[in-house]
Amino acid sequence: MLDLEKYILRIADSALIISHRLSEWCSKGPTLEEDIALSNISLDLLGQANSLLEYCASINGKISADDLAFRRNGKEFYNFQICELENGHFGDTIIRQFLFDSYTLLFFQKLSQSKDETLSAIATKSIKEIKYHLRHSSNWVIRLGDGTSLSKEKIQNSLNNFWKFTGEFFEMDELDKKMAECKIGVDLYKLKNEWDNIINATFEKAKIQRPDDCVMITGSKKGVHTEHLEKILSKMQYLPRAYPDAKW
Amino acid sequence: MQNGNINKIWTILGSVPDPEIPVISVVELGVIRDVKLIENQYVISVTPTYSGCPAVKTFQDDIKTQLKVNDIHNFKIDIVYKPAWTTDWMTKETKEKLKKYGISPPGKTVQCPQCDSTNIELISEFGATACKSMHKCVECLEPFEHFKCI
Repeated sequence: MLDLEKYILRIADSALIISHRLSEWCSKGPTLEEDIALSNISLDLLGQANSLLEYCASINGKISADDLAFRRNGKEFYNFQICELENGHFGDTIIRQFLFDSYTLLFFQKLSQSKDETLSAIATKSIKEIKYHLRHSSNWVIRLGDGTSLSKEKIQNSLNNFWKFTGEFFEMDELDKKMAECKIGVDLYKLKNEWDNIINATFEKAKIQRPDDCVMITGSKKGVHTEHLEKILSKMQYLPRAYPDAKW
Repeated sequence: MQNGNINKIWTILGSVPDPEIPVISVVELGVIRDVKLIENQYVISVTPTYSGCPAVKTFQDDIKTQLKVNDIHNFKIDIVYKPAWTTDWMTKETKEKLKKYGISPPGKTVQCPQCDSTNIELISEFGATACKSMHKCVECLEPFEHFKCI
């Protein structure tokens, strides 16, 4: 597999897996409007994943986007581990989404300047959608944080629990460095300050505490995951694996 | 003929409705970016509204069907992402059609499509399709959908 293919998969997999998690909210949302909102966001992310996987498949030439989504094993997925964690309660999902949206907005803004025209185009398209998602998730963080004592306690706990999974956003391995150097990829170190500013401002409005620095979870760039990923894949990939000739 | 059937293709595309909002065509929606004749093949450039919009697949199939019905077979559909789709590409006439259909068109302010009031409440930033949000008019009390401005 080429470096570029692997790099695209990392971006695509995070979108695909968190999209699948959000789709699990469909028909279970706390209100009808939120049910629709989470499903809409899931759909946008699935679309972004699809565009990226199609691009990856076109470079490869031998496999399809569906093969990439449905015929890879857990160790061949490179999504951030935060994307695969269980939905928990609504506040958990909102915090996970807020951390992810704020990061991906910055990431795609930089990726839109990529020398690779297709990546740049997909990023430019995605930015419009992610801005909308971020507005939704940050409004909810503020509403729950600055809500009742119970909602505040719950969302603070959610944030504390997810925090150790945010370190992966800014990790750079050899591949990241190589892609950033040739101006196709993004220098992740450079995103950190701006990300801190965005999340700190929202935490302040929400009157919740930014968790202390801690040891961060790592591994997804090497295909290491929590036990939750396999459970997602067993559902997500069931049909194409059980019925390889199925058409839809 | 140098341009061959290009004009005819545009006319055919103009008759393919948006699957979710059948009152406007895919051309009026702004998703058809170009029709070119390249080496005896018509290349139709299409851009998605929202990345995951399921209507994109549906209208591609509709386009293929309509072109074949009209005896045009040497074509392919190319998906282009840049420049990203924007509601700015909708003409005034298209926006008027949306309004008549009961959807508040994209614009700087959200206006009730029934009574034109701008005294409105947001019900939900997300609606039945990716491109719409839900509102309620405080004056005439009618709930309505708004085509989001992106």
